[in-house]
Amino acid sequence: MFGKRRSPLPGFAPGMAVTVGWLTILLFIPLVALIAKSFSLTASEFLAAAWSDRARAAYVLTFGAAAVAAIVDVAFGLLFAWVLVRYHFPGRQMLDAIIDLPFALPTAVAGLVYSSLYVKNGWFGRFLVPLGIEGAYSRFAIVLVLVFLGLPFVVRTVQPLLSSLEGDTEEAAASLGASRWQTFRRVILPSLMPALYTGFALAFARGLGEYGSIIFVSTNIPFKSEIAPMLIYSRLEDYNYEEATAIAVVLLAGSITTLMCINWLESRNRRYAR
Amino acid sequence: MSISVQNLSKRFGDFVALKNISLEVPSDSLTALLGPSGSGKTTLLRIISGLETADEGSILFKEEDVTERSARDREVGFVFQHYALFRHMTVFENIAFGMRVRNAPKPEVRERVNELLHLVRLEGLGQRYPSELSGGQRQRVALARALAVKPRMLLLDEPFGALDAKVRQELRTWLRKLHEEMHVTTVFVTHDQEEAFEMADQVVVMSQGHIEQTGTPQAVFDNPATSFVMDFLGNVNVFHGRVKSGRVEMGPFNLQYDDYQHDEPRNATAYVRPHELDIDRAPSQASLQGTIKQINPAGSVLKVRVAVEEFGVDLNIDVTHYRAKSLDLKLNDKVYVHPRSVRVFMPEPDYVI
Repeated sequence: MFGKRRSPLPGFAPGMAVTVGWLTILLFIPLVALIAKSFSLTASEFLAAAWSDRARAAYVLTFGAAAVAAIVDVAFGLLFAWVLVRYHFPGRQMLDAIIDLPFALPTAVAGLVYSSLYVKNGWFGRFLVPLGIEGAYSRFAIVLVLVFLGLPFVVRTVQPLLSSLEGDTEEAAASLGASRWQTFRRVILPSLMPALYTGFALAFARGLGEYGSIIFVSTNIPFKSEIAPMLIYSRLEDYNYEEATAIAVVLLAGSITTLMCINWLESRNRRYAR
Repeated sequence: MSISVQNLSKRFGDFVALKNISLEVPSDSLTALLGPSGSGKTTLLRIISGLETADEGSILFKEEDVTERSARDREVGFVFQHYALFRHMTVFENIAFGMRVRNAPKPEVRERVNELLHLVRLEGLGQRYPSELSGGQRQRVALARALAVKPRMLLLDEPFGALDAKVRQELRTWLRKLHEEMHVTTVFVTHDQEEAFEMADQVVVMSQGHIEQTGTPQAVFDNPATSFVMDFLGNVNVFHGRVKSGRVEMGPFNLQYDDYQHDEPRNATAYVRPHELDIDRAPSQASLQGTIKQINPAGSVLKVRVAVEEFGVDLNIDVTHYRAKSLDLKLNDKVYVHPRSVRVFMPEPDYVI
């Protein structure tokens, strides 16, 4: 049955070969190398490097900031996608294009702009800092820049699903007596959940890996505002490759676990969507 | 609850969807809005439901003016052509939706949903998702969902349009029976004249944004008010010709026509239904000779196509199986055909000043 079925696309064998080869060279081998490198440490050395107080604080900040930023992105990304899909106004296409800007902008530039805006005498900072809101060189600054970078992921995953929703289910809800809010809460939002999970996962993953912008907006002080990638970098600067890879392995394990959880949530939500 | 539509007009940009429509739907009746696509029938239904607003005119439920009320407050059950079920909810939750948004107590919801599942013959499928049901089952869920909130009326937009022929036939019969049990004023839209005539108490034939004729199926079928209605009711033999001095000359036929006694000829169109043509072996008065080109069984009749060589026309004739057997009709047989009744429509004369 497997071999007999003719695929409309030609060249299963070369296509598959390229796919597998590509993934092996670009993804699998580097990951194996990373893990292999960390195996040059004994268990206790590994634990000491990867689970030190400083490293744990860095993990908490990295995962925490990425999660908070992704949650904010989900909320605002949904709103933006809604505005772009449901309303027609002059400049809509322009706005639609600008959403992608964080994809294209070098993250270091984003970091520089954010830090200069939110410092004490920056455009926003001169009003916010007296109120006690430190938008630069703080944990809040890290979240802020991650929100900026993650937003397009949510908008771009929600947008197509939202525009494909049939208007008649909303009309059905209205004719059954649902208010606008009830229609949104009970009909539209549940249909968008798969896209929101995906958007969250992408924004979250983006936040975990972010480095370039954060070094500009954070003070990078251990235990306070040092993210895990920054810690890896400083270990590398000390030529301490084993410890750097040990931290990287933990980071990797953490992100894979998180993504798997999100995938599970998403698939649990998908029983109806066939 | 009776529905009264008064002087309703609606345009979409340059397109006039409804032109000054007035219509009475009696309480507890089953009314069909029948017409080709673009005739405005769906727009009219949507305006009655409140999903669309009219530019002019008003809608009354009984004596109450509901023109300004939103769909949400009209308490109307609406069934969509493509079901519009909530995909992420089970059948049970779909049906319960209307009650849930009204915060009905849970035991009451459960009782009512089970009652409806029984009514639409879907017991035991409450925990399924819409994607796990067939088209006919989905449409029954949609119907149950609309009925759950005890609507003042039921409006159905091409309810069986997306279903295959057999399921459609079953659902028609079932819906008609259901209507007789429930006594809910029901209006449904269809482009299928057979469906309209089979189910409805009242048929409203629409074309290009206005009503051509309203009446019982029998009245509309027996006395089509306009050539459009005659044509739309389907499957007629059409002849173009002229009337003059109490006679009508239509291609092969030359018949008496008392409605026009002037001696100035006028263009006219004649319609003969397939079952109004008689087929025979022997000639009679006003009969035409032709050759049988095709015989197809279609349900209770045989559809026979006879070519009348003399005038270069084909006639479609419905013959009962019994009659066909007694005449022993075969392909290429020579037969005689004569009309039992002919309807003549004259276009409005063009007045020249």
